[in-house]
Parts: sequence; C-alpha cells; structure tokens
Amino acid sequence: MKKQRVRIRFSKTEAMRFTGHLDLILTWERTFRRASLPLSYSEGFNPRPIMNLAVPLPLGFISSAEIGDFWLSDEFTPDQIRNSLDKSLPPGLIVHDVQEIPQLHGGKLPSLVERSDYMITLPNDYPGLQEKIDLLLQSSQCIRTRKRKEYDLRPLIHDIMLVPSDDGSPPSLRVSLLILPTGTGRPDEVLSALDIPPHETIICRTAIILKAGEEK
Amino acid sequence: MEFTQLNQKLAKVLPTVEMPGRYTGGELNQISKDWQKVDVRTALLFPEIYDLGMSNLGLMILYDIINQEPNYLAERSFIPWVDMEAALRSENIPLYSLESKHPLSDFDILAVSLPYESLYTNFLNALDLAQIPIYAKDRAEDHPLVIAGGHSTFNPEPIAPFIDAAVIGEGEEIILEILETYARSQPGSSKLDKLNQLKEIEGLYIPAFYEPVYNADGTFSKLEKTVAEAPDQILKRIVGKLPPPPKKPIVPYIDTVHNRAPLEIMRGCTRGCRFCHAGIVTRPVRERPVEEILETMDTLIPNTGYSEIGLLSLSSSDYTQIVGLVEAINKRFAGQNIAISLPSLRIESVSVSLMDALSGKRRSGFTLAPEAATERLRNIINKPISDQQLLDTAKEIYRHGWHTIKLYFMIGHPTETLADVEAIADLSKRVLQVGIQTIGNRAKVNASVGTFVPKPHTPFQWVGVMPQDEITEKLDLLQRELRGRGLKLNWNDPRETHFESWLSRGDRKLAEVIYKAWQSGAKFDAWREHFDFPLWQEAFAEAGLDPEFYSTRVRAEDEVFPWDHINPGVKKSFLLEDYQWSQEGKTRADCRVNCFSCGILPAYNDLRRQNPGTLWLCPEVSRGK
Repeated sequence: MKKQRVRIRFSKTEAMRFTGHLDLILTWERTFRRASLPLSYSEGFNPRPIMNLAVPLPLGFISSAEIGDFWLSDEFTPDQIRNSLDKSLPPGLIVHDVQEIPQLHGGKLPSLVERSDYMITLPNDYPGLQEKIDLLLQSSQCIRTRKRKEYDLRPLIHDIMLVPSDDGSPPSLRVSLLILPTGTGRPDEVLSALDIPPHETIICRTAIILKAGEEK
Repeated sequence: MEFTQLNQKLAKVLPTVEMPGRYTGGELNQISKDWQKVDVRTALLFPEIYDLGMSNLGLMILYDIINQEPNYLAERSFIPWVDMEAALRSENIPLYSLESKHPLSDFDILAVSLPYESLYTNFLNALDLAQIPIYAKDRAEDHPLVIAGGHSTFNPEPIAPFIDAAVIGEGEEIILEILETYARSQPGSSKLDKLNQLKEIEGLYIPAFYEPVYNADGTFSKLEKTVAEAPDQILKRIVGKLPPPPKKPIVPYIDTVHNRAPLEIMRGCTRGCRFCHAGIVTRPVRERPVEEILETMDTLIPNTGYSEIGLLSLSSSDYTQIVGLVEAINKRFAGQNIAISLPSLRIESVSVSLMDALSGKRRSGFTLAPEAATERLRNIINKPISDQQLLDTAKEIYRHGWHTIKLYFMIGHPTETLADVEAIADLSKRVLQVGIQTIGNRAKVNASVGTFVPKPHTPFQWVGVMPQDEITEKLDLLQRELRGRGLKLNWNDPRETHFESWLSRGDRKLAEVIYKAWQSGAKFDAWREHFDFPLWQEAFAEAGLDPEFYSTRVRAEDEVFPWDHINPGVKKSFLLEDYQWSQEGKTRADCRVNCFSCGILPAYNDLRRQNPGTLWLCPEVSRGK
C-alpha cells in the first residue's frame, strides 16, 4: 500500500564507491528496515520495495547529488524520516534532504532527468588537454564503441571545462552530460575520448538536473 | 609495507578489476579495532572469494566471539579472484585483511577455515600471496601461527605440513583458549615453546609432534609421536550448549551467495545417513531454544536490515519445535516483508506445510534429496523413505504452488547396479507425472546427480569410490533415459569426484601432491572452469603416488587409517558395525528414538551432565555412569 512518497537527496561516498546500482537499491531497502520505516512493496509472489533512483551511478563513481523517490506504507514527517535514516545509514551514504512529494503516482524520476554534472579529479597534468577539449567541443560528432556498439558521444556532451587548481595540484574537469532517450552520457567515455585513462581519476557526480518545472 | 603505500597501490588497482567491492571492506557492522591496543591479532582467512566466504557462518561466529574480547582482534581475508591476484602480484601487494589492510604476515595467528577439501590449493595460494612460506618448517619465528579449522580438518594429514595446528571440532570455546595461551606466552618465546603450550588444549592437533609410519604396501601403519607428551588421540571439541548466535553480522555491500542473515537453530543430525560426514562431525544434536531464536531475530533484523533470515541446520524438519517456531515467526513478523528460508527439509508432507506457511516468496523450486532411487539402495545408505512417501510429498508440493521440484541423487553408492541408476530416471519421471496430473504441463523436475565420495569417519570410509569409466557409463545412461519435456538433468564431472576422493581420505604423503599441483597452477579447484585434472595427475606422478590407491581402493576392515588419531566422539567400531549392517540392508532408526551407543555419550558424559534436559537429543546420563 502506497501512503506516502518522499524524495531523498543523498551522497554516495568512497565507502560505497564499488557498490553497483542494484546493490545500492538493496542497501536502501535494508537501511529503511533498520530505520523501522516501512517501504511499500509490490504485489505478487516476489514483492519488491517500491523506489526509483533518478539515474544509475556507474560502479566506481562517487556522488554528492543522488536523488531517489521512495514510497512508504505509512506516513511520517520529513524530519522523522531524516532522523530515523540518519541513525541507520551504512558507511558510504549521507542524506542531505528529505522532501515529501504530494503526487503519489506518476512523474517518475527516471523520466524527469535531463542532465548530470560531474567533477573529475585528475591524477596529474595532461599536456595539450585544453586543446583536446576545444577540439572535441567544436566537432560535430565523436563516434565511440561501447559494449561492441558504435554510438555518437558528441550530442550527449553539454559542456566540458578544465578547472585549474589554486594550490599547484593537478587541475580538475567539470563535465556536464545529457540524458536523452537515445542514450546517457558517461564521463568515463569523455575521458577516454580525451585520452585520459578513466580508472586513474576520481569521478564524482555533483548534480542531477531535472527537467524545468519539475525541480521543486 | 606501509599502510599508505598499500592503500595507494590498492587505489590504483581496484578500478581495474571485476567486482572491486570484494576487496575494500568497510561494510556495515564491520568491527575495526585499534591494532596497537590488543594483545593478539588474528586474521580469519576463508580461502574462497568474498562472495562465497561472506556466507560462511563459521567465519562470522569466530569474528563475533574474538572481537567481543577487548584484548583480541579478528579481521577477515578472502582469496582474490584471478584478475585481482594478477594485480596483487604485479604490484607486489601482499594479501591483506579487509579491516585494517594489514598484510596477513603482520598477524599473530592466521586462522584458516577449511570446510571442504577443494580449498586446499587456494589455502596454499593465500599463504603465497601473503608472502608467507607454504611449509610450516620454512616459516620464521615472526610469521603468524597458521591454524586450520573446519570439517575437512577431521582428516588433517594431507595438509599437515602446511599448518602449525588444526582445531578438531567446534571453534567457539577453543579459539579463546588458543588466544589466551598465545597471550600468556613470553614475549619473544619461540614458536616451538608456543606449540608446546598449545598442545595442552584439548581438541588441538599439532602435526609437527607426530611422524607417520607406513607399511610396505603403502598403507598407513601408525603415527609415531616425536614429542612424548603429545596426546595419542585428539578428541573433537564441542560446546555443551550452542553459544549465543551473532546478532550483528556484517552486511555486504555487494551480492553474495546467501545474501541473508544466518541463524543456526540446531547443530547435528540424528538420522544417520551412512554417507554423511557432517552427521558424524556435528554429533550430538543440540537445539537452540525457540525463545532464543525469536529474540535473536528481533535484534538481527534492526541490526542488519536483511529481508531474509536463513534458519540453518542439517535437517530443519527435525528441529523438535519446528511447527511452533514457524507459527511464532509468522505471528511476530507478519506484514514486514521478511522471508524465512528453511534449508534441508525432509521428504514428508509436513515439510510442505512448513514451506507454505513461511514463504511469502515462491522460490524457483522445492528441493528434495532422496539420494538414491530404489528403496533397496536407500536402506543401504540408511535413508529409508518409500517411493510412495516421495510421490505423496511431491504431489503436495505441486498442489501448493511450486512448479519445479529439484531432486538430488547420488550414484556410486555401495552395491549399486545399473537398475538402481535406471531407477533415477524412472523415479524422476514418476514425480513429473504426479506434477502433470496436479498442475498440468507447467510441472518440471530438475534432477541433480552427484557421485558419492567416501568420507573419513563415516560408515562408508572403507568403500572405494566408483571408477571413472563406470561413472561415465552410468551418467551416459542417465543422459539417454532422463530426458523429455519438463525434465532436466545436472551432473558432476567424474574427474571432480575423484579429485575430492583423493583429498578426503588422503595421508600425509598427499601434501606433496597438493604442493606440486599448486606449484603448477592448481587453484579454485571447486570451480569447473579452473579445475585441471591432468595437472593433478602429473602431480601424483611426480610424487610417485597412485591416485587410485586413495580413490577406488576398498579398504580392509582392519586397516589403520591416517585419520584414526582424530576422534570425532563416534567409535570406529560403531562405524564398522554400521558398515556391516549396510551390507545386510539393515537400517538404523532415528537415534532420538533409540540410542545406538555411537560413542558420543561416553566421550562427552561430563558435558551432557552439565547440560541436562531436552536441548541435547541424546539420552540423559545418570550420575556415576
């Protein structure tokens, strides 16, 4: 029985960096049970908890800006939920905000996402990186192969910015990527297109931007 | 190696391997203690990958017990998968513990869990990855003491040269005695001094204090003591009462084979199947009271958030209060979307009502283990169930909404004929027929056919394993006969069966074979894609040993076994009598009904007296007996 829908903004930090999307869902289910907050479950022989995470975070990335919708079978104030969760979170999850969504049905998060922003920490300087970025942004297409399928990365790129550091450490990259029906931009793909081995960097999602008017 | 250095190297390596979550630690309920503030540091090594090792209850129990003591610390370690192993080797990262990332060689004690023999090469590989010499004699004074435990140590001889000691039996009490003894030993005392003190602990076997002697024909003659005060017999250690179960187990961040909270409800089994190693090793039966189970569940769920609790035992339906327990669980946890699993149910209709009462979830199939397909053969192995009982139970299962029944059989039982094997196909078809009559064409039967491996300390320890060509012939027959719509057959590679049989009843000479096999690349022998039979054959040849001597050879009734100094509390004369009974087709009833004097009570009469009442299923011991 769905009684209440809440939208939770949270971070997934280093301790859970290598926990994948499905295991993250399981971790949330367990967190709610530890917090004695009853999630709504689907009907049938294999009841599943009802929740939507906006857009999967690939294995190995961290995030300061995840969004998830959760349906509860009882009603609580956002403060109650926040407090109960805070006592039950595992290492690697931090809740920033709990917001009640009045609309119980429809408006599913995955259909609302428009863009993700990432901050990528580079291990060292890459000579000629700015030129490569400019070239990529000026090009009309960037054909890449992923899972043995060719696709065009370029239309998925919203912006790439090289951010110098103040303290002499290597610069970071700020990458903004679109989520389109045809595909989702992946920051590791952008890195590869720029000849930077992705696994040498730390990729953090810093924002998920929902379609205008949906972000309340 | 400095931590920061190890961590930096790890940070580089982890993003490049498959499922890096196996190697990070830091999960919910992990216990991290201050390395400097404890007296004894123990690494608990399970020589399989994390996904399997984290589902091992024994490991979790020891982790819990040791870490409850303020002066001791226990951390976990597992074997890396091949990609991570390659990365560790190329970056020169020693195998480390998940909690503090200390190399295993920094620990005082390396406690390795060996529940089954196919982990032996992984164990050697773990030592090597930890940069610890494989043979105990080659290890320096500052290397950790390597202590093995788990069911396979009931025949410790094949791994004797690699370990400093083996725990025989249940680890719960003995582990603290070991740690106390270690803590009491003088700083800087030699390994030999420590072992000399450890030999006083009942249930601990120290192989270096014994030397095996063989007959001219290669059979085992006796174990000669090299230290006069070492015990002649190592009696298995047991707990009189099941200690409180772990209430706050670690919750993995990644999927594991049994992703649920384990809760042991009963140890041991009274049924006496003659092939069963666990049945002897875990005697006597000790039950956990219903109230303790319910109270534990009350804390396990809020501590872990698990949606599934596995109530573990060798035979769930034999737990005395099983119906009451299930009713109480249903009442207490109704509406919380908690699933309860009850493994190992007997072939009787009450099993079906139990599963029915418990499962909000319908699983892929309902498993029944008749083990043999004819009543004659089931009497031989002492699993006396009639065909009718099986078919009636099957009907109930289909009627209650399961579509698939999994049937477990073994071939290669003593006295088995081709007719007994054909009967596996017939019986499977009859079960399917019952299913079709009950629920129509949705009904399915999956038959799994393993091959019997004679195990030490069982009534069948004298028999030979079936020769490979005979296994192949029988499996061919099944592949021809057991087919058709709704039927599925799984079977084991005969070579895997033989591999297991060598190690199960091996002597100390086999250590060389294991070592050579590992040296030429054997590891993950339990994984079909890694198991390399020719490599083991070569290792036998190099060591000048004949594998058939260990596998197919029928042992004489008066043969001295390399594991006879290990005493499971069950007398060898009882096992022999049971073996002889089997040849006459005589069965033994459930020993709760009638005590057959297997030897457990005289071996543990003090313990039984200290734990009176119904928690033990053995008869009570009167004063002075």
